[in-house]
Amino acid sequence: MTITFMMDGKEVTAQDGQTLLDVARENGINIPTICFHEATTANALCRICVVEVEGMRVLQPSCVVKAGANMKVQTRSEKVLRARKTILEMLASTMDLSDAPDILTMMDEYGASHERFPDAERRESEVKDDNPMYVRDYSKCLLCWRCVQVCADDAQYTFAINFEGRGFETQIATFFDKPIPETTCVMCGQCVGVCPTGALKPKREFLLEQGMSPNEISVLNTGRKKRKS
Amino acid sequence: MIKPDRVVTSTCPYCGVGCTLQLHVKDDFIFKVTTPFDSPVNHGNLCVKGRFGYDFIYHPKRITTPMVRRYLLEGKSIFDVRHSDSALRPQTFELSNNELSPSPWDWVETDWDTALNIVADNLTRIYKRDGSDAMAVYCCAKATNEDNYVLQKMYRALFRTNNVDHCTRLCHAGSVVALQQAVGSSAMSNTASQVVMNDVFIVTGSNTSENHPIIALQMKEAVQKHGAKMIVVDPRRIDLVDMAEMWLPLKPGTNVPVFSAMANVIVKEDLVNWDFVKNRTENFDEFLESLEKFTPEYAEEISGVPAEDIRKAARMYATAKNAAIYWGMGISQLSHGTASAMALIHLAFLTGHVGRDGTGLNPLRGQNNVQGASDMGSMPFHYPGYMRVDNPDNRSKWEKAWNIEEGGLSLKLGLTTTEILGNAHEGGVRALYIMGENPMMSEPNLNLTRHHMEQLEFIVAQDIFINESAAFADVFLPATPFAEKDGTFSNTDRRVQRVRAAHSPRGMSRPDWQIVCDIALRIESRLGVDTSHWAYSNPEEILREMGSVNPDYAGITYDRIDKEGLIYPVPHMEHPGTPTLFKESFPRGRGKFHALDYVPVREQVDDEYPFILTTGRLLEHWHGGSMTRNSALNEIYPEARVEIHPADAEIHGIRNGDPVKVQSRRGEVIVRATVTEKTTVGVIFLPWHFHEAAANLLTNDALDPQAKIPEFKACAVQVFPARESDLPNAEIVLNRGRY
Repeated sequence: MTITFMMDGKEVTAQDGQTLLDVARENGINIPTICFHEATTANALCRICVVEVEGMRVLQPSCVVKAGANMKVQTRSEKVLRARKTILEMLASTMDLSDAPDILTMMDEYGASHERFPDAERRESEVKDDNPMYVRDYSKCLLCWRCVQVCADDAQYTFAINFEGRGFETQIATFFDKPIPETTCVMCGQCVGVCPTGALKPKREFLLEQGMSPNEISVLNTGRKKRKS
Repeated sequence: MIKPDRVVTSTCPYCGVGCTLQLHVKDDFIFKVTTPFDSPVNHGNLCVKGRFGYDFIYHPKRITTPMVRRYLLEGKSIFDVRHSDSALRPQTFELSNNELSPSPWDWVETDWDTALNIVADNLTRIYKRDGSDAMAVYCCAKATNEDNYVLQKMYRALFRTNNVDHCTRLCHAGSVVALQQAVGSSAMSNTASQVVMNDVFIVTGSNTSENHPIIALQMKEAVQKHGAKMIVVDPRRIDLVDMAEMWLPLKPGTNVPVFSAMANVIVKEDLVNWDFVKNRTENFDEFLESLEKFTPEYAEEISGVPAEDIRKAARMYATAKNAAIYWGMGISQLSHGTASAMALIHLAFLTGHVGRDGTGLNPLRGQNNVQGASDMGSMPFHYPGYMRVDNPDNRSKWEKAWNIEEGGLSLKLGLTTTEILGNAHEGGVRALYIMGENPMMSEPNLNLTRHHMEQLEFIVAQDIFINESAAFADVFLPATPFAEKDGTFSNTDRRVQRVRAAHSPRGMSRPDWQIVCDIALRIESRLGVDTSHWAYSNPEEILREMGSVNPDYAGITYDRIDKEGLIYPVPHMEHPGTPTLFKESFPRGRGKFHALDYVPVREQVDDEYPFILTTGRLLEHWHGGSMTRNSALNEIYPEARVEIHPADAEIHGIRNGDPVKVQSRRGEVIVRATVTEKTTVGVIFLPWHFHEAAANLLTNDALDPQAKIPEFKACAVQVFPARESDLPNAEIVLNRGRY
């Protein structure tokens, strides 16, 4: 069924079940996203895609809210812009965005300051380098949930990782925080493929960044095994 | 963040799924692999091999300089430097650096010209002396279509022999022959991504999660998100069983009774699609007669699968709206592999579950390009396009294409992979050219294979590593892996996709097709003939030459498959490709039923050898291990493990991790045991990737009479406790949570 509603003062049509984000994109209206990914189930975690819907008390995450007949939606109202700016400033105050160029660009676009919350406690952790395929640097993790989803029923059905901890302490982790090789992980790297902030990174890319040369990387772990004579 | 110099789109070199890879290159080094989420085959997903397992390209053991044995540089004959009384040649893995005591068998680095001339001289010499039957070649299911086409062309056009085969013989030959006989075409009838359209599907003889990981994801999606019901028929409790509606744990090698009993139920309970049987098939009556004895109770007695489960599975498959069958080596790698595949084909014929989207007969092809290498005629009975070599019409087509005198090409069927080595003796095959294959890991009964390799007069290995087979060679020609050459691969569902060079070849290595064409030109000048075209300026010219005779590829150009592959048959330049085959009819006209009988596996268990050994593969490794054992993949799965059921382990006093000796009538290996219910009572499982404990030392070289595929999936073995000190690498212990 086709419905009609207003978005940014323009009449738009949508199929029943389409999200506001879908409709915006079809109509060339740019709504920023961070945790949203075409290949994963949308969960409205990061809230950067919020829009203002007339008659609704709070801002609505457009990645999950379905279009409704006669809605009046503002994608760039003052309230929306302020919310997005604050979200970006809170992210910048707690995590390392150095591997997230899209988010840094977004900060410029929204005039977000890196110094807005100077006293904020940063979510910092050691780089977990426990397998030969990829490293995990949760200082760069914004908890978008994509890695957990692709490890679960969005792709791989392996269920090796999940959220651990509560509130500010929340982190992505293996069960009992075991090293990756000791979990059910199949090292497919689906998680690496959807990570938006470089928290998950192929080992060889990580080593290059650490200053190792391709030749040095290539001779790692190549100790010759005894051949049965 | 590392900014790549370029991102090159190519196709994964591992399994037959054919995932799209984006190779991120910095300073001629691939530091990252990604895949687009709109990729048609893999939808943004990869497995550990595809995403991380490309580092073999940079392994220090890779050979990038041509090498020859010292005796060849000294102009000696192999008969002057005979290695021992029983062996003409040794197996040598290392370059010799002892200049003080040179041996005629030292590997010596040389230049391309010297190496290529030695190859051309020796191949020509042996051909002139002993004729076509002395020449044989192993093409390569890892190499591109173009590489394979020129190599089979060289042997057919210059040496006039059909002794051309490759490892398809060892994987799906049984399926290929059965499909050729029953429908007249041997590829998957439908695409793998159609699995989400199935209501019911059977997975048999395939550990899909480990061997076609991305197809397994689609199977899981079909079950979890589309409500499909999966029936797993396999001796092992594989990962997919977790999501299966039914698991039928049959004894290895009892496919024919189980699937024929399902057919029996479908007939007896009148679940037959009579329209399909009447309009699309033939020979039903003879088949029906043969079916009489295959009652579910009879099948239960042989296979151990409860009769009631066979009935239930048959009803589920037959009454589904759309049902499909996906199968792997567990069907084909038997001395009755053809019959085994035929039993599956019958199920589709009886129910009409073929010729529509979301149905089909789908043998999951193993290698990245085993479909393509077969399409290219890398087989002893067929020219490119599955044109029989014993048909004079086909012969004249290729004679025209290759500028050869009328009647010049051979009508004689060539030797198959296993037969080529089996004929390695005086008066038989004398010279063998091996492009990328590793028979010293992949053939059954390796002790016998070793003996055969030792008897050959001249061996050329064209590879990236000195693997177990190349170590026997006289000349080593360093080729480039997938990331350093252009070409095409054809995946398991007939999709022809581009392979693109990400960076320049390492050292002096060269793309396979260039090496082959250079040798062909040299042989032509030595033979004094000037027949075929070899001076290709790029691989696309090769594909177009092949497509000008093979109608399946007639409409494929690099331009057309630049963004997305085409699924053949693509008979002309405007044709969009053919995802689903057999919609109107089968290539042979009507689908043909065949009367089947139950033939047990050749080697039965007895008191001396009470276990059935079945072999297979692991997620982290690939076949003979040339690639994955020289990769970080080896770090996450560093040792072979034999799987044994807890009940059997207890009787033999074996605990998890204990070293054991596994012995058959043909050989023995020492490995650690994994005590697990993943295998069934009386059956042990050993992966075949590990040279230290090569499973194929144990396997039986009994062949299927039609397909000539060996019986890798069942032989009789005994298991004995062993000591830590007996292990080839006792210090290496697999430590993974999932195993």
